[in-house]
Amino acid sequence: MSAKNSLARLSFLIFGFAFLYVPILSLVFYSFNKSRLVTVWGGFSTEWYGRLFENQQILEAAWLSLRVAAINATGATVLGTLAGLALARFGRFRGRTLLSGMTTAPLVMPEVITGLSLLLLFVTTEQAFGWPEGRGVSTITIAHITLTLSYVTIIVQSRLASLDVSLEEAAMDLGARPTRVFLLVTLPIISPALVSGWLLAFTISLDDLVIASFVSGPGSSTLPMVIFSKVRLGVSPDINALATIMVSLVTLGVVIAGFVMLRRDRARQRDLQMALDAPG
Amino acid sequence: MKPAGRPEEMPRATAEQAAGERFGRALRTTLGALARRPPIRWLRTQLARRGLNGRTAVIAVPYLWLLLFFLVPFAIVLKISFSEAQIAMPPYQPLLQWAGERLADIRLNVNPGNLLYLVEDSLYLRAFANSLQVAAISTLAALMIGYPLAYAIARAEPRWRGILLMMVILPFWTSFLLRVYAWIGILKNNGLLNNLLLWLGVIDQPIVMLQTDFATYLGIVYCYLPFMVMPLYAILEKMDLTLLEAAEDLGCRPLRAFASITLPLSMPGVIAGCMLVFIPAVGEYVIPALLGPADSLMIGKVLWTEFFNNRDWPVASAVAIALLLLLVVPIMYFQRVQERENEGQT
Repeated sequence: MSAKNSLARLSFLIFGFAFLYVPILSLVFYSFNKSRLVTVWGGFSTEWYGRLFENQQILEAAWLSLRVAAINATGATVLGTLAGLALARFGRFRGRTLLSGMTTAPLVMPEVITGLSLLLLFVTTEQAFGWPEGRGVSTITIAHITLTLSYVTIIVQSRLASLDVSLEEAAMDLGARPTRVFLLVTLPIISPALVSGWLLAFTISLDDLVIASFVSGPGSSTLPMVIFSKVRLGVSPDINALATIMVSLVTLGVVIAGFVMLRRDRARQRDLQMALDAPG
Repeated sequence: MKPAGRPEEMPRATAEQAAGERFGRALRTTLGALARRPPIRWLRTQLARRGLNGRTAVIAVPYLWLLLFFLVPFAIVLKISFSEAQIAMPPYQPLLQWAGERLADIRLNVNPGNLLYLVEDSLYLRAFANSLQVAAISTLAALMIGYPLAYAIARAEPRWRGILLMMVILPFWTSFLLRVYAWIGILKNNGLLNNLLLWLGVIDQPIVMLQTDFATYLGIVYCYLPFMVMPLYAILEKMDLTLLEAAEDLGCRPLRAFASITLPLSMPGVIAGCMLVFIPAVGEYVIPALLGPADSLMIGKVLWTEFFNNRDWPVASAVAIALLLLLVVPIMYFQRVQERENEGQT
């Protein structure tokens, strides 16, 4: 490839990543601003972090969101793994098209539609069966599981699709029953996919504003709902502080995950190399 | 209880043990025999014949969940879009009403007015048209930025690709809401961008950028860019580069080779990326609410206002149904592409 070409590619990269990261870095930068006017520099200060941790409303909302996100991620991982297993391993069964449709549609479905439809479901079932009594953590969690199980399904399905079935067949030939094969062979191999599915479901739930606004009841405001009502009134420095904390945690998590995966990859490659080099 | 350790007690303990074992064996045999007896065997074969085994359970659990919480709600939305609003909780009239004692007194309160209302009131039509336009422009802009980025990552040295791709996904893992919020600080009148332009002397008074359509486009492109880059990268990375070498050997110029080889081969990625941006962007609420003009007509915002501010659930449902009808073709198309992609892998 020519030098002109590689220069062009370098400028694409610089432009693309500047576009992605300048806004985030500006959030972080201004979180240390002493001035209340977020974008006018008034000297270095960590005052807004202190204010953030005194804000009871934000802390309560954050705790609620974390609980919902954890339960949601666990539920979505279980259901999504089952759906992914069915789609990737069971061949053509009756209703497969519908299942595959119901697991991909939520990915692109506008959130206002999902939110409204789930709320109307909850209202209808409450009228008919008295369940759920009022709306809150349980309804938000159910709504989030419905949304995020699609992501887990796609991750698990594509992991299983790229996986060699011969391992499972070998276990089967040796007399293991399907449940044992799944628990002892399939599950350990797809566990990285389950971890990333869990984390994705967790972050999507932690981030969702629209669906939670529809299906939450009075007194159960999630973190995004509180942030949204603050941000609507304009910029405020403690939100910058909150953003900085969230960005740092996510970056740390991704860097650690990346490092662990890199090491696993290297170890596997080394094992493979040794196996290939072995005489015989 | 007799004191332990006396020799004559041992046989008895062993005897008890043996009796226990015999009992256990008998129980197992009986249960086994029972299981093999005609009625139970019949039941088992019947269940198996209907496909009720572990395999079915694996399919049934997520299936039932999605039927109940994804498909059934749409039927309810459809139902409520035909009912009439009333001031009560819930704020709509039931479709079937029992007016008297007899069965014949059932009144059917079907009100097609809500859906007609959407067609009659030009506000909704304009909102739909405007949403489609905003989504289309943003999708195109995301493609213009995302394609070069995906291309550059896919052609970077292999050891860099993983890290670069990770850097594209990283913003997606941080809060969507906070990323939109970041643009408020940049675009407002005394914000970062205006200050920079003033300092550079490009402009002598701030330009109004926040609460414009431009800000909405920018917000959508920014938030959905990872969805555009991912499928494009996946397809560009798999491309057979020897095709380009062959073209070069035959005297084809790089730009022409790109237009007649790389671009056509990457079309499935272009389509998938555009769908992933376009479909959710049509119904987007948060971005136009925070960055767009106060009177912006985006259909997601209209639905939100009807529901939360006007408390008109039937009209909100009618808007949702109309939006769904509008998006059903692109969604089905996206699913077919997705399905084919998954088939291709297996």
